Amino acid sequence: MSKAAELAALIGSQSSLSNKNLIINGAMQVAQRGTSATSLGNGNSGYHTVDRFRFAEGGTPTYAFTMSQSTTAPTGFSNSLKLDCTTADTSLASTDALLVEHFIEAQNLQHLKYGTTSAESVTLSFWVRSNLTGTYAVWFYQEDDNRAASKTYTISAADTWEHKTITLSGDQTGVIDNNNGQGFRIAWYLASGTSYTSGTANTDWQTLDNTNRAAGLNVNLASSTSNEWYLTGVQLEIGEQATPFEHRFYSDELRRCERYYYQVNTVSGGNIAYFHNYNDSTKMVSVYHPVTMRTIPTATVTGNVGTEYRSHDGHFQMFYGSTNSNTTLNLDTMFFDAEL
Amino acid sequence: MKTLNITSAQYTRDPDDTENAGISFVLDGKTYQVVLGAVGNRHYDEIMRQVAAGTLTITDAD
Repeated sequence: MSKAAELAALIGSQSSLSNKNLIINGAMQVAQRGTSATSLGNGNSGYHTVDRFRFAEGGTPTYAFTMSQSTTAPTGFSNSLKLDCTTADTSLASTDALLVEHFIEAQNLQHLKYGTTSAESVTLSFWVRSNLTGTYAVWFYQEDDNRAASKTYTISAADTWEHKTITLSGDQTGVIDNNNGQGFRIAWYLASGTSYTSGTANTDWQTLDNTNRAAGLNVNLASSTSNEWYLTGVQLEIGEQATPFEHRFYSDELRRCERYYYQVNTVSGGNIAYFHNYNDSTKMVSVYHPVTMRTIPTATVTGNVGTEYRSHDGHFQMFYGSTNSNTTLNLDTMFFDAEL
Repeated sequence: MKTLNITSAQYTRDPDDTENAGISFVLDGKTYQVVLGAVGNRHYDEIMRQVAAGTLTITDAD
């Protein structure tokens, strides 16, 4: 095939030439919550550092990890997500697990046409690096219809960036609802007990079978405090070929992340929001979110925290009882969470 | 997924209304606010799940 024909075929296989990457913050540029979180283990599933990428554990593991936004990255990237084992767990119980997850909002996946005979294949590509060579597992999950698929990839060379590509057929059975809920979950399994490895990798979509989740995984990243694992350049796109990573401006990725979470911290010498008089007995502060959030967010604020508030996906108001119109009240920090 | 470690929850009110409008709750030692009816918010959904399971009680507003 000529180069021109190859190019035409490649273009024809893609649904779009921009906004092709369904992953948010795949280059690990945005870390609103901070660049490092230590002692992550049992009970610490959640978002800690790099936006949109979630630390998750299962069972009652005794391991501990530091999760961070690292500057160790392959050529063309500035950052990666890093997991560094700080307390080893060499004897995982059957339900113990360690994974990194990424959730995609359902309404952003409607063009995959899942649940129809036209369901699209997708390709996941990413850069990965670890001192621990072996076979790792990636698990895909559709919450709406409880469908799952699992694949493996191999890290062949220690401490070397490797580019991995995983293609997944379209699911003609499971329907991804057109809403703001969870449409797709991608999980990189890094350690697991037998409850999630004793099955077989179901490389096409099937009804969830937990024993297949991490089938084929033959490493335990928690086995030694020497272990570390890096991830960046994550891209999920329509088609059966991985194309070059779609680099986005930091500002673009930040806006996308803020739909799910944002925070404002006090800066030196000033507070972030002041109350004004609402009526004779109450003061009010209003905060307008930088983007419409996925759903009405959970709020946590510090400063003059009132006990009454209103919260919507577009703004937040807090009320504080005060009859003194000359009293200055302010908020110091604000965190809004609408994560999947 | 594991159960969130919500240790207490209390209704809150809108200043213009005497009805309950939200829930203030403590998760992992930190206080958060979420409005009633915020279905799809992972914290609200979890609070409702724990209330239905009988493992969490939302106390009255002050």
